[in-house]
Amino acid sequence: MNSIRALIVDDSSVMRKIVERSLVQAGLELTAVLGAGNGAEALGLLAENQVDLILCDINMPVMDGLEFVKQLPGVPNAKGVPVVMITTEGSEAHVVQALSAGARGYIRKPFTPDQVKEHVIPLLAVKA
Amino acid sequence: MKTTSEVLADGNSHQNWVPLLEVAAQEVFELMLSCKIAIAETPVDFQPDITAMVGLAGQLCGVLTIRCSAKSAGLMASKMLGVEVDKASPELCDAFGEVCNMVAGNFKNKVSGLGDGCMLSVPTVITGTDYNLRSLTDSAAVEVRFLFESMPLIITLEVHS
Repeated sequence: MNSIRALIVDDSSVMRKIVERSLVQAGLELTAVLGAGNGAEALGLLAENQVDLILCDINMPVMDGLEFVKQLPGVPNAKGVPVVMITTEGSEAHVVQALSAGARGYIRKPFTPDQVKEHVIPLLAVKA
Repeated sequence: MKTTSEVLADGNSHQNWVPLLEVAAQEVFELMLSCKIAIAETPVDFQPDITAMVGLAGQLCGVLTIRCSAKSAGLMASKMLGVEVDKASPELCDAFGEVCNMVAGNFKNKVSGLGDGCMLSVPTVITGTDYNLRSLTDSAAVEVRFLFESMPLIITLEVHS
């Protein structure tokens, strides 16, 4: 799967752009990129849009990334969609929390485009 | 061997964090801005006109600030986004705040035992020079000075014991 629709959830618009650029550098063709500033906004977008991949920060206002991931099982458009956390929170406890909540990958900021590629491509291959 | 709490309460140990703070900052600039920052060997007299800060709460309470010139911050935004400086200027504060956020997060992840017990605030950015910043800290600040593209950059961690 090289052509995908991505949802990027981060309260920083700069970081959303950097993540989007990293996906392109990973060789993915992005047919659509949706951006949300927090988990609640992202749930609103998922109510009306289908995506193939979700990349999500943890520390955000209104609804943080962990709460957002916990709510995804109740969202039809998120069924089977891999979620990768991209966050400054690097502790093992956060990783365990995120993976237990349903995230499939975990990338610590700062990150390189190669790290994004390593974590994302296998997930899309499995989904395809 | 001291516990994490004992280390955090020992004001003298905070100077041991200098190398961790230096590495944390250098990694952020290398990975996210694709550039190196050099440790400033001698103090440089300059007037910062933009400050980013991130609060820390939990096992480690305090505030981490990054101060530099607006020109430096604009260049950071340009490098982060991979666009010309003038095109990056609308995103300057967001980018500068994210740099501060990543340095704070990367630093706390390098302090053993601190990752789980310390939370970060969302970043705040102040522009201008005519202000005083007072945090309720009671320990000596940890300060590291860098040169970013030959321009001064000061990172300070003030800690409440």
